[in-house]
Amino acid sequence: MTAALSAKGINKRFGSLVVAGDISFELPVGERCALIGPNGAGKTTLINLLTGMIEPDGGEIRLGGEDVTRMPPQQRVRRGLVRTFQINSLFPRLNPLEAVTLAVCERRGESRDFLSRLATKREAIEEAHDILKSLRIAHVCYRETRELAYGQQRLLEIALALATKPKVLLLDEPAAGVPKEDSGELFTVIDGLSRELTIFFIEHDMDVVFRFASRILVLVGGRLLLEGTPAEIAADERVREVYLGKAGHG
Amino acid sequence: MSLATPADIGPTEFLAARARWRPVEIVFWLAAITPYFIAADYLQLAGQILITGLFALSLDLILGYAGIVSLGHAAFFGLGAYATGIASKHGWGEPLTGLLIGGLVAGVVGFGASFIVARFRGLALIMITLGLDQIVAEAANSMGWLTGGADGLQGVKTWPILGLFRFDLYGVTAYWYALIVTFLFFLLVRRMVNSPFGLSLQGIRENSTRMLAIGARNHAHVRTVFTIAAFIAGVAGALLTETTETVSLETLSFQRSADVLVMLILGGVGQLYGGLVGALIYMVARDQFSDINPQYWYFWIGLLLVAVVVFLPNGIVGGVKKLGGLLGRRGT
Amino acid sequence: MIGPVIGVLYDGFAYGMLLFLLSVGMSVTLGMMNFVNLAHCAFGMLGGFVTVTLINKFGWPFLATLPVAFLAAAAVSVVLERILFRRFYRSGDLDQCLLTIGVVFMSIAIAAYTFGTEQQPVRLPSWIRGSVLIGGQNFGVYRAFLIVVALAVTAVLVGALEYTRFGARVRAAVDNQRMARGLGINVDWIFALTFALGSGLAGLGGSLAIEVVGLDHSFALTYLIYVLIVVSLGGMGSIGGTFAAAVLLGVSDIAGKYYVPQVSAFLIYVLMVGLLMWRPIGLFGKR
Repeated sequence: MTAALSAKGINKRFGSLVVAGDISFELPVGERCALIGPNGAGKTTLINLLTGMIEPDGGEIRLGGEDVTRMPPQQRVRRGLVRTFQINSLFPRLNPLEAVTLAVCERRGESRDFLSRLATKREAIEEAHDILKSLRIAHVCYRETRELAYGQQRLLEIALALATKPKVLLLDEPAAGVPKEDSGELFTVIDGLSRELTIFFIEHDMDVVFRFASRILVLVGGRLLLEGTPAEIAADERVREVYLGKAGHG
Repeated sequence: MSLATPADIGPTEFLAARARWRPVEIVFWLAAITPYFIAADYLQLAGQILITGLFALSLDLILGYAGIVSLGHAAFFGLGAYATGIASKHGWGEPLTGLLIGGLVAGVVGFGASFIVARFRGLALIMITLGLDQIVAEAANSMGWLTGGADGLQGVKTWPILGLFRFDLYGVTAYWYALIVTFLFFLLVRRMVNSPFGLSLQGIRENSTRMLAIGARNHAHVRTVFTIAAFIAGVAGALLTETTETVSLETLSFQRSADVLVMLILGGVGQLYGGLVGALIYMVARDQFSDINPQYWYFWIGLLLVAVVVFLPNGIVGGVKKLGGLLGRRGT
Repeated sequence: MIGPVIGVLYDGFAYGMLLFLLSVGMSVTLGMMNFVNLAHCAFGMLGGFVTVTLINKFGWPFLATLPVAFLAAAAVSVVLERILFRRFYRSGDLDQCLLTIGVVFMSIAIAAYTFGTEQQPVRLPSWIRGSVLIGGQNFGVYRAFLIVVALAVTAVLVGALEYTRFGARVRAAVDNQRMARGLGINVDWIFALTFALGSGLAGLGGSLAIEVVGLDHSFALTYLIYVLIVVSLGGMGSIGGTFAAAVLLGVSDIAGKYYVPQVSAFLIYVLMVGLLMWRPIGLFGKR
């Protein structure tokens, strides 16, 4: 079966600094894959490369078998490769219902319609509302985004991505800034998403990673150090050294 | 805590309610016809205010909703004014098709410019829009054979509307004509900002990078809204030509671009009524102070601008809304 | 044929030097705090009026008025910066534009109220008004003076930025404000001083401009457009870029007025729009 997302030999340098060195991996459909590694390992850069926000120097990115390496970000989104941001990137003066409806309308091609009232797009609005319900933020969806609690804004990040009907979802530290006791709940919500959806996430909290990931990639200095199941990663000496060991001291 | 929707109102109904006409809006448009009954001496001025308000409304569409800062919007106002005037001078003074001519010429040029506008942001965009306006103004200045150059375009004659209503000396016909045209375009703009397209424009204004990350067609949206705004600005210019039967280079000037921006800011950006309210206050004040040196007038405009930026970030309409909200909360 | 070319280049370069003095402060404040200060030319106008007043009312010699013009513009600007502008460093471009254009409008009205709306007459000493004949070509002494002053200012500016402690701090604040703060540099203070310095240079430019382009109450708005062109083409925060853009604009403007007077303004704007479309961050901009 074709992988949902595959990368082969991705390379990127900024001057003499290698931020991505020959990175290759495959994500089967429905995988919950965690990307871990110390600060500065190039995790966010890898997401930027996969989504087309940075162009790789070499290598190949395939989405469900289709080569998307040279495609602009918006087109990858329309084909199902969608990301969220580590730092909230939302629409401060729109409310969540409007924001998600906007994303749904863009996907359905209804956003070009300037002669109909928004309320006539009942299907799109209901779909947006359902997404907000599934992420448990429907109860605040009439308030302006900038008034929401931080954790609710993190969920809205994901809601916006889901509205595009992604096949592969790249979550850049979805729980960044969320108190440790709440991040488990956030990941429970994420884990409850459709099994058709492939999820690739960056996360620092090892408890969370081992609880939710079915597969883990370890990135160090722009290179893939190791790839395996949570049990394999936990047992590996090198990982303990470069990552877990460090976290243990910190 | 309930995780369902808060109030007992569904999402579609909630969005529908937001777009519904409010009593204060109906009062506003009823007030717009009162000059005819109580201030007949000021109908000339009322007509001019409506035309300028329509022009400011077209700027609000791109600035207030799509977040595109333009310092050259007068280019489209002036193009519309000249197109209609030149057609009239050469024998076609029918007013309704005149509006269409003005709108189309401005809209076509706006469509061309929109490909440039969609690609830039920030200071570069401000300077490019300013430069495009200056290019059009200088072109009009040097093509004296067509535009009359610095003397302005002479010999414009507007025929009676529908062959029935003659433009009179007191500006009665001009006032009603400007009111109806402005109202119709207001309805169009109101519908646009409440449409799915209008929502996408606000998304571009709020966070254009995020729009790309949800696969939105930012460039296409910007091109569409810029073209429509240029068309409406052109219609406003055409209205000015038809009601005053003259066109001057001033219609294309940086001064006019800056003035309309000031009016919109005073009234409130992205509030739909900001342009109309701003034009009303600005032009009534200028009319009242017309006996003082116009240079001194700019002191008060400058002070007002600083005061609005410092104290009223959403302009007068935004301030009134906020006040209404506070009073309403106290009442319940 | 060669004669006019040299004359145009000479006058254009001198004009460019004037534009450089008027623009460089705005470029630096834009690069440093991301603050769009459209009121920059109002400080230039202030300098011009200080010179006019000192010469006509108090009989000062022209050269003695220049440092006073510099200091007056610097002092007034720093007061405005402290009480008004600095509250808007984090605001959007549009708010900054509106706030500062409001200040421009007020300055124009105040100038018109105080000095009237006619061109300000100024008598310069005779040694500076003449011209020198070299190889059959007339060179105005005043323009040579202008070039010397501007080049001296540039040399001092570049030297101070490259080789002094203050300069190092300014560069750090331009490059990365947060980092500079982290290193214990008082960015607020640095910025107030830089703002004053830039406005002072504009004031000096305004004084020097009287003999070349005249001075009236609308100076703050008329030359704003030229300054904006220079800054946006030069790339914000770049002194070298501002210098090059000012020379380019000065020479093109004089050449256009000499060779194609009917369409010269048209060509300037076409040049500007074309260059900006090619390089939206300016010819020498880094961001």
